[in-house]
Amino acid sequence: MSAATASAVRPVSVASFAQARNVRRDEEHNEVEMLMPVIAEVFGNIGITKDDVDFICSGSSDYLIGGPFSFVMALDAVGVWPPRSESHVEMDGAWALYEAWVLLQEGEIDAALVYSFGRSSLGDLNEILALQLDPYYMAPLWPDPVSLAALQARALIDAGKATEADFAAIASRSRRDALGNPNAQVAKDIPADTLLEEPYVVSPLRRHTLPPITDGAAAIVLAAGDKARQWSDKPVWITGFDHRIETHALGARDLTTSPSTARAAERAGVGDGPVHVAEIHVPYAHQEIIVKEALGLDDSVAVNPSGGPLAANPVMSAGLIRIGEAAARIASGEARRAVAHATSGPCLQQNLVCVLEGE
Amino acid sequence: MAERCAVIGVGQTHHKAKREDVSIAGLVREAAKMALADADLTWSDIEAVVIGKAPDMFEGNMMPEIYLAPALGAVGKPMFRVHTAGSVGGSTALVAAHLVKSGIHKRVLTVAYEKQSDSDAMWALSVPQPFAAPLLAGAGGYFAPHIRAYMRRSGAPEYIGRMVAVKDRKNAMRNPYAHLHLADIDMKMVEESMMLWDPLRYLEACPSSDGAAAMVLAAEDAISGSYPPAWIHGTAMRSEPTMFAGRDQVNPQAGRDCSADVYAQAGITDPRGQIDVAEVYVPFSWYEPMWLENLGFCELGDGWKLTESGATAFDGDIPWNTSGGVLSSNPIGASGMLRFLEVAMQVRGQAGEHQVDGARLALGQAYGGGSQFFSMWVVGSDKP
Repeated sequence: MSAATASAVRPVSVASFAQARNVRRDEEHNEVEMLMPVIAEVFGNIGITKDDVDFICSGSSDYLIGGPFSFVMALDAVGVWPPRSESHVEMDGAWALYEAWVLLQEGEIDAALVYSFGRSSLGDLNEILALQLDPYYMAPLWPDPVSLAALQARALIDAGKATEADFAAIASRSRRDALGNPNAQVAKDIPADTLLEEPYVVSPLRRHTLPPITDGAAAIVLAAGDKARQWSDKPVWITGFDHRIETHALGARDLTTSPSTARAAERAGVGDGPVHVAEIHVPYAHQEIIVKEALGLDDSVAVNPSGGPLAANPVMSAGLIRIGEAAARIASGEARRAVAHATSGPCLQQNLVCVLEGE
Repeated sequence: MAERCAVIGVGQTHHKAKREDVSIAGLVREAAKMALADADLTWSDIEAVVIGKAPDMFEGNMMPEIYLAPALGAVGKPMFRVHTAGSVGGSTALVAAHLVKSGIHKRVLTVAYEKQSDSDAMWALSVPQPFAAPLLAGAGGYFAPHIRAYMRRSGAPEYIGRMVAVKDRKNAMRNPYAHLHLADIDMKMVEESMMLWDPLRYLEACPSSDGAAAMVLAAEDAISGSYPPAWIHGTAMRSEPTMFAGRDQVNPQAGRDCSADVYAQAGITDPRGQIDVAEVYVPFSWYEPMWLENLGFCELGDGWKLTESGATAFDGDIPWNTSGGVLSSNPIGASGMLRFLEVAMQVRGQAGEHQVDGARLALGQAYGGGSQFFSMWVVGSDKP
């Protein structure tokens, strides 16, 4: 089995990143209007236009808007005229980024635009996400994602791997860190002890351990070859990239571990060097413990300094934003090597790992 | 530098109005297992799985890779889901091809499907959206005005559509997997069928099918199977906006650009002369003459004349849709992949009753949305 080993990977840089300000409910803009300033910013940051990118890929879900082909009109935010080479995944934008990265690996194109959008406020996420489950045996019972996450949190506690106080500490730290993130939706400084006084939503999960419901959008420009150098004095390189999936049958998984994250991390070479920052897509506080362990990160690593998904969780964009936030920490000089992670499906079923390095 | 990539295994289900004997997982497995057997491989030989289908609302199963991971042997592997409207079956194959061409994987399984009987595609296409004109008539209602525009521009006689409807259904009689097997089909039968969207009659429209298609794609040093590989000579995708004043929906620029790109990669300068067989997405009869022009098989306005002359018939010089095409089987998400798969079968010499003698270079095309998303590949029996 051949792997995209570090030596075989064509260097691709995260040349630009932009995101919408994450909000609970954006009632004033449709998807195109939400994306347009983000696309303008991601190009404007490095002084390019859509004519400078060779490929466009987006990630979104029809079920958020409640209509088919929501990505079709969203393409108007870019304006694909003359016609462009373009693709779409019904996945988080992090996977759209992966598709674009694969194309860049072939060496025939040098730049790509990736974007994603998610207006979680339009429907009831508890009902919508239940439709991800086995359509014959599980979905008809409408298990909501919070209840499934609670099963996972309970399993962690039962295994002696964490306590409710640990969950509260993660939530408290994340929302406090979010005070430094102008795009965060939920940012506040509340001690963990106070959080533990909240009632359960679904035991053992309290409100603070759940992600907020967020409308948001994000975009990244990838560049390789001469363009990577032209568009940045200090390129942020993707040096490892992989994703893996597990079974949908929750009863067949050990919910306290994430073997797909561990496998992706191994393939992406997370352990090949020091990690200074990790931006991980853990919508529920307890999942930070699982993903951190699977990535092999020790307590010296700054996890989710942006506040992470507990501060803003635009479904379909939250994973892509992790890659953008991690790249931004390297671009600013705060970190030299970072790990970004995205997840999909109930209880961390599918996971993507991206290693980023400065020079 | 891109690696060479080839199709080494193909599989498809028997397409039917209702496959009540299988679940969605059972449906995709049926096609996938056939593709693996054709490539003489097992699940563990596959490094990554790429699936595609049309809108999730067609079955009511959101992001189905989550549910289908174990059914497709993807546990522990990368699994990817593509969605580019009607062209998705083609785009899905292209994403899989890039995983090989980039050198990241040696063997990739790609699967596309639709189980239309689990839901109602017409309903799913017609959900009202704010600030958008409702599409209550489904896809046929959207495309009928563009067909009328084509007839007016080209002066094509009205019976051309019926000729395509008869030709593709006759071809389907050669294909055991086709949904429609209309042994008695003739011009009169089409003409007497109900008018759905003027000028399209019932028998000039595609059926609603349950079905799946699967292919195994491999790098040059991972070729297996008893049939020779179908080498990929070119891949291309193009998209254009749904609506703006300068757009030509009859002869979309994105389709012209996409074919120019894929022809350049494959060294095709004379499509009609060089391409031995083509599978082209014709869900409504008139799209054959329209795409003949858009794909450069003739001059603008002459597409209907090629159809009328019999050039696109099974024994013509450019057989189109020898499998019976979308007009004979339409598991929507898989319909594009079936085009790509059928031309691979042709250049591998495994198309059985609908094999075109000596087919060595073939074009697969799929389109989607409002004639705005295109995906194409050219495959050949010779190594590129």
